[in-house]
This record gives sequence, structure tokens and C-alpha cells, in this order.
Amino acid sequence: MREETIQLPGAGRAYRPDPSGAPQPGDLTPELIETDWWSDDAVARAGIPVVDVPFVSVGGGIGSFVTVDYLRICGVPTSAIKVLTQLEHPWESYEYLTRVSQIPRKERLRSDSASCPDNIWGFPSYAVREAFADKSFRSLWQVLVEPIFADYYTPKAGHAFETMEKEYRRISYPETVVKGQVRMVRRRIGGGYYTILTPPEKSSRTRRIAYRSKYVHIAVGYPGLKFLPDLQEYRERHRDYGSVVNAYEPHEQIYQRLHAAPGTVLVRGGGIVASRVLQRLIDDRDARGLQTQILHVFRTFVTGSHGPNIWMRRRGGDGWAYQGFNYPKSVWGGQLKARVRKLEGKDRADLYKVFGGTNTPIRRNWQEQMRRGRREGWYRPFQGEIIAMEPHGSGQVRVELKTEHGPQHVTVIGVVDCTGLEADISEHRVLDDLLQHGGAGRNPVDRLDVDRTFEVRGTRSEPGRMYASGTATLGGYFPGVDTFLGLQIAAQEIADDLTRQKFCRRLGPLRSTSQWWKWARGKQI
Amino acid sequence: MLPTLNGRIQTRIFLLAIVGGIWTLIISPVLPGLGGAGIGEIYRMTFTVLVTTIVLGIGWELIYHFIQQFRWEKDWPTLFGLITVLNEGALVWLLLRLGIVPGLPDGVPLPAFLILFATTWIIVWIIANGPMRVPFIHWRFRGGRLV
Repeated sequence: MREETIQLPGAGRAYRPDPSGAPQPGDLTPELIETDWWSDDAVARAGIPVVDVPFVSVGGGIGSFVTVDYLRICGVPTSAIKVLTQLEHPWESYEYLTRVSQIPRKERLRSDSASCPDNIWGFPSYAVREAFADKSFRSLWQVLVEPIFADYYTPKAGHAFETMEKEYRRISYPETVVKGQVRMVRRRIGGGYYTILTPPEKSSRTRRIAYRSKYVHIAVGYPGLKFLPDLQEYRERHRDYGSVVNAYEPHEQIYQRLHAAPGTVLVRGGGIVASRVLQRLIDDRDARGLQTQILHVFRTFVTGSHGPNIWMRRRGGDGWAYQGFNYPKSVWGGQLKARVRKLEGKDRADLYKVFGGTNTPIRRNWQEQMRRGRREGWYRPFQGEIIAMEPHGSGQVRVELKTEHGPQHVTVIGVVDCTGLEADISEHRVLDDLLQHGGAGRNPVDRLDVDRTFEVRGTRSEPGRMYASGTATLGGYFPGVDTFLGLQIAAQEIADDLTRQKFCRRLGPLRSTSQWWKWARGKQI
Repeated sequence: MLPTLNGRIQTRIFLLAIVGGIWTLIISPVLPGLGGAGIGEIYRMTFTVLVTTIVLGIGWELIYHFIQQFRWEKDWPTLFGLITVLNEGALVWLLLRLGIVPGLPDGVPLPAFLILFATTWIIVWIIANGPMRVPFIHWRFRGGRLV
């Protein structure tokens, strides 16, 4: 079987029945697998033990964490919540991706100062906290004058992880965690849902455990990050997995080869990951006096400001489209958020296209590095596409490119692919099961269709509700779902809806202020 | 900040009226150059300045909203929220000097006006950029709307 997907911590692998075919106690039965609505009797007949809990969150990453954080602050006890996950802690998968794509803890994320997954109020923001911790006005000055006289302030990855860990302890999050792999969520006859968990081997007397809940929250993260077909083909045909790599997999060997001997490297892509990889290459070049030559291929080479009209023009140049964050800032609360919320169908998909597309922040240190590289001739960006790759002796790769100036051949010690395809949602087993059996559908950009409250449309099992947040829901009434702040916005909408269901307390001005005061004092809740 | 036009106007009225109002109550008696005036007269003068700022501000917000449309991000940088004290303060002062602000019999001394206007502005700006989110947790995700 082809390994097309980059493995992430906690990612669900495809379901494979026991090859021996021997039935295991408390396993899914054909009756359960084939029926969309389950009765309590059918689950009992299968011998699957049932755990009752009001709220189940599937995933256990930052999406589950910020949602549980919000609910805990709204007064929901840990006994009413179960987070079903394979992750050791909520930021495990995110930290893995940031680390391999060259954002170790000491480097800065692409996230706004007030997007704090550890603090639902976003106050005090990361910049304020950093100023106090460092006893320096530098970060405060930066947020004051950004983005006009300074780059956007962004927090250090380590700062985000450390503060999340503090909040994780404060809200007693570990009490909600159950380890295992979620196989499916099905609607229950009589209301609510069954979530089927496969616990770690030998930790349970049965193969499955069913969590019977009124509410389910799906936050399973990326369905998968796929290798591009040309990269995949090269690696399989030539059995060379070290020279042609995706930036989201560990690829330290490329940098080490450049430390050992001078060489040329080809970078592909125009997003933030390409920026980070370039920074790493140039930092190494500067720090170690290396002679690295960098070729940088953009499929779409942006030469200036671009957009449909004067009211929607994004800056660009030297190949890149420039944008501070993953989306124009106002999707998280301003005009674009208000606008998308009203759009349906194709109109919504079209607007997503306008502010979508690959882009990267314009950062002064990156601009300086690239300017120097272009001037001195060791950094060469160009428009083109990779046509073919083949090994070329002594660990090098010969790459054939189609460019605007005709075909070109280059020999490099490595290709770092900074593009990626997000897998279709149906490649995630839980999401696929929801599409097949749960009543869920697709939105105008083919992801999971959620309402403005983040309820998954078509899955209601009165009086229960199923919600989803994170990247699987991209294309909905709120665009920035796959970001820290987006997860908090989803959590707020979900908590508001659950408040209407009387599951949790309303976060009005008094409760909000008193809870913030508890947060500020680090008081455990 | 990421305001919508409606949010801009609501936030301005709310913050200037409540926070600005409390601050004006506190600072008015100690403003310089108003020695001869009674406390009632001072409050009448300072609250007239505050109300003028609120009313004119609605017009300013329309202009700021228009400027925002040229920005790809459709945001309003923190710095803009601070430096607009200059144009707004200048206009209020000009109208006061021209005597076309109703309900204000005598001129306001410049030092008193500068202290009142600048301190109120800075307090409102600081609160809008952080503490406001503590009681009003939905506010920032709704473009600054309170209702």
C-alpha cells in the first residue's frame, strides 16, 4: 500500500479488521456497522460496555482543549466531559508540525498577540505577558506600531505551549482524558450519540468501549497531509526518501548535508513553510559560513499587488503573496467575518478563493535575507514547475523544470517541498463514517458542513447535538477555523449553543469577569 | 481592532459615555485654568466637550470605515486608534473656538482642554485594546458590537 500521507501524532489509521478473523469480545457487529441509528439493545447485544457522559470531544488536540477550556469556564465539571484521544497532550500534534517545519519552541509562530489558546479573553495578550516576563517594552512597542512600522508581533512557539500547559493543569483537563482511538460516532435511537473507542491494547477486557452522550464534539484536526504525486513517485521508484522531502516531515538530513559540503538545494512553494525553510538555510549559511546555493521555484510567481478590485488587493512581490496571518485579519471578528456569515453556496466558496491562496507574512528579517541572497546570487527565485526528478550520483538529484524561459535542468543535493495537499475529509475514518452513516454533509468547499453554531448539519439526534471545529469545517460561515483564534471562536459559538440547551452557564459580564480573575490568579477550577 | 462600522460606533459611544464619563467626573475639578468657575459650570463645560467628541466621532467613524476598505486586512491597527486623537481633538477644539458648539457660553482654556481630551482618549484606547474583552467576551468576535 502506498504511504501517501505524512504521519502525524495521534492520526487515525484506516480500520483493519483482525486478519485471523477471530471475533473479539465487545467488538462491533455487522448489525452495528451497517445501521445508522443504534439502539441500546443492539450495543448491549454486541457486548460493548457503555459509559455514560454528557459531553464527548473526539480528537484531543488544541480544538478539543480550547472547547473544554471554554466549557469548564462556563461551569461544566470535568465529570461531565470526556476527551477521547491518542495524543499525550493537546499540543502534541501541533508542536510536531511546527517543529519539523522549522519553528522550534524558541522561534515565533504566525499567530496574533491576542490569539491565546490558554486564555479565552485574549487579555493580557502574549505581547503584554512577554513584556512583563522580559521586563522589556519591546513587544509592547511592536504591537503598538504593527504592521506599519514593525512586523506583526507573533508569540514564540514555546510561550504558547508553556501557557497552554498551565491552563491545561488549571482546568484539570487531564481528568477528562481517555486514551484510545475513536472508530466512529453513530446516532442513538432515543437521543444523543454513541462514540466507539478502541482502547489501547490490553487496557480493556473488550475490544471497544461505547461512550453514550447527549453531545459530541468532533475536533480531529487535519484528515491528513499528502505528499505531492511527483515527490511520491520519485521516492517510490528510486527508494530514496532522504533527498526529496516534504517540509512537514523530519528533514534535518538536508541541512546536515549542507553543513558537510557545499551544495545547491531546491525549495518549492510560496507559503509560510517555504519562508521558514529559507530562513533556516540562510541562518545556517550565515552562522557557519556555508556556500549553500538556493533555488526557489514558485508555481505562481507573484510580482505585485493582486486582487479582484481596488477594495480587495493583497500585497505581493518577488514571487510571494504577502499577508500577516493565514487569513486577512478581519475574518476573526471584523468585516470579513460579518460578510462570510451571510453567504451561502457558491458566493461563499468564491469569497474563500479571493482571500485564500498560498501566502506568507512580510517580515523584515526574511526580506533582508532574500534581498542579500538575490544580490549576491546565491538565492534564485523563479516561476516554474518540476517535471521530473531522478538520482544523479553521489546522493544528488537531477531535476527537470518547466519555466517561463523554457525547460531547465538543475542538479541539487536535495528538494524541500513546502507545498502540501490536505487530504479529503473522507480519508479520516471518523469523518468518513459521519458522511456515510451520521447524516453529515459537505459544505461549498467540500469539507464538513457546519451551521453558524458549529453544529454538524444533518447529524442532530434530539435532544442531542453534534458539533465540529477545526480544519475539517473550513468553508463554513466562519473562515478562520484552522487557527488558534478560530478554534476559540468555534468554542464560543458551541458554548453559546450549549448555554441555550442549559448544559452550561452563560458567560455574561459578571461571570466572565470573575472567571478571568480566577484565570489571572492561576486558581484551579 | 477588527471593527465593523456598527461595532465602531457602538464601541465609541459606550466607551466614551461610560469610561469617558467617569473619567470626566474625576478629572474635571482638578483641570488647570478654571479657578474662577463653579463646579457646575466646569462639569457643564467638560461634559459638553465629551458629548461633542461622541457626536463628531460618529462622523469620523464613517471616514475611518471608508479608509479601512483600502486595507486588505480590513483591520484598524492599534496605532491608528491612538493617533486619531490628533485630528479629532483638533476638530473639537476648532469648533469650540468658533463658538458653534451649543451649550458652551465661554471658551475653554487650552491646557484644560488638552489634558481632558488626551487623558480621556488614552484611557478609552487602552480599555478598547484589552480590558474590554474581560467583561464582554463576545465583543471582539462581533466586530465591536455590544448589542
